[in-house]
Amino acid sequence: MATLKLEIVTPEARIYSEEVEMVTLPGVEGEMGIFPMHIPLMTQIAHGEIIARKGGQDHFLAVGEGFAEITGSRVAILTDMAIRADDIDEAKAEEARRQAEARLAQKLGDEEQAMAQASLMHSLTQLNLKRRQKR
Amino acid sequence: MPSTRDIRRRIKSVKNTAQITKAMQMVASAKMRRAQQAALAGRPYANLMNEVLAAATAGAGDFQHPLTERREVRKRALILISTDKGLCGALNTNLLREAAKVPAATTVYIAAGRKGAQWVARLKRELVAEFSYKDTPQFAEARAISKFAQELFLSGQVDAVDVVFTNFINTLTQKPEARQLLPIGRLEKLEADLSGPGSAAELSPSAEAGHLFEPAAPTVLGNLLPHYVNYQLFQFLQEAKASEHSARMVAMKSATDNAKQLIKDLTLEYNKLRQANITKELLEITSAAMAMGN
Repeated sequence: MATLKLEIVTPEARIYSEEVEMVTLPGVEGEMGIFPMHIPLMTQIAHGEIIARKGGQDHFLAVGEGFAEITGSRVAILTDMAIRADDIDEAKAEEARRQAEARLAQKLGDEEQAMAQASLMHSLTQLNLKRRQKR
Repeated sequence: MPSTRDIRRRIKSVKNTAQITKAMQMVASAKMRRAQQAALAGRPYANLMNEVLAAATAGAGDFQHPLTERREVRKRALILISTDKGLCGALNTNLLREAAKVPAATTVYIAAGRKGAQWVARLKRELVAEFSYKDTPQFAEARAISKFAQELFLSGQVDAVDVVFTNFINTLTQKPEARQLLPIGRLEKLEADLSGPGSAAELSPSAEAGHLFEPAAPTVLGNLLPHYVNYQLFQFLQEAKASEHSARMVAMKSATDNAKQLIKDLTLEYNKLRQANITKELLEITSAAMAMGN
């Protein structure tokens, strides 16, 4: 069976690089499922989760905003944050969320506002994914 | 001829200097390791970004983004990424020599790091902005600089933006380099610079495929290109920091070695002098004894 090479890279590290059978992406215009032999596509992704199906098993990852380039044999994802569901530390994410909210509550410059907003979204995405997995 | 006391004092002061340079070397080497790791960890992202962008621009057809617009260069901006502090060998000297190559009359300067700002001020050239960045560069800091540069470019105040920074090659070698940041130009060159062999081959298949865009190409590229410029600058900052700490470590190491050598030489001289004094005293005593014995 044909496979896709899924690559997820952040400025800090290469988070994921494996052959998978199917990928579900959080596109800005809605979720999309990608199978091998997909038509070449360039898209933006939003905060959310990526589901990579490998050997019949679903792997979940939380991702931040970014871009995805899709060809028939590869899905390349550039994002500012990516973390595997198993690696999410719920307590830490919760702490980060509280801090970000506290910072947002203060009056800040544009730049800091954007940064706090981004880190809030990161922690929220992680928390959402983690909590849903528990259920 | 210095007395033994003078030499002793001298040895003590050199020892103190050696201690300080040794401490600075330790600090720099710890920071260096972190900065090098950060710079190297960012490279896969930069490479993939180049591939994606190459594919995107190839597939976008005749769509032109303002950031890629080529104009006749009447005025250019130069982003000067230097260090805040000295004591890092010839790093800044080499960097500024590179920066001095651009014609001064048609250039405005954007300084990142205090040394560069001082240089611009000393030569009475036009400094439009000064930014600072921390020991571990933050993406937000790069974004602030890049946003400023993009505004200058888009408003037509400058027709090109260049960056001069020190590229990190390895601990012993850092090379000052000038790169064009805006307009966004040929991608192949950057690709070759940032990565080792192998990735150029990966680039070609995706670059040929005509891509669909979702949402439409102008929207995606409109977001991707500014992000690309921000990221590019971020990578430059990281490279510059890695270079700075490496250069400082090497400079401090050679300073420590020199001090150690100096201590050795001084100790030898001190011992010689001490021995000469003892011999002299012995001579005096024996000759006095002989005079008394007569």
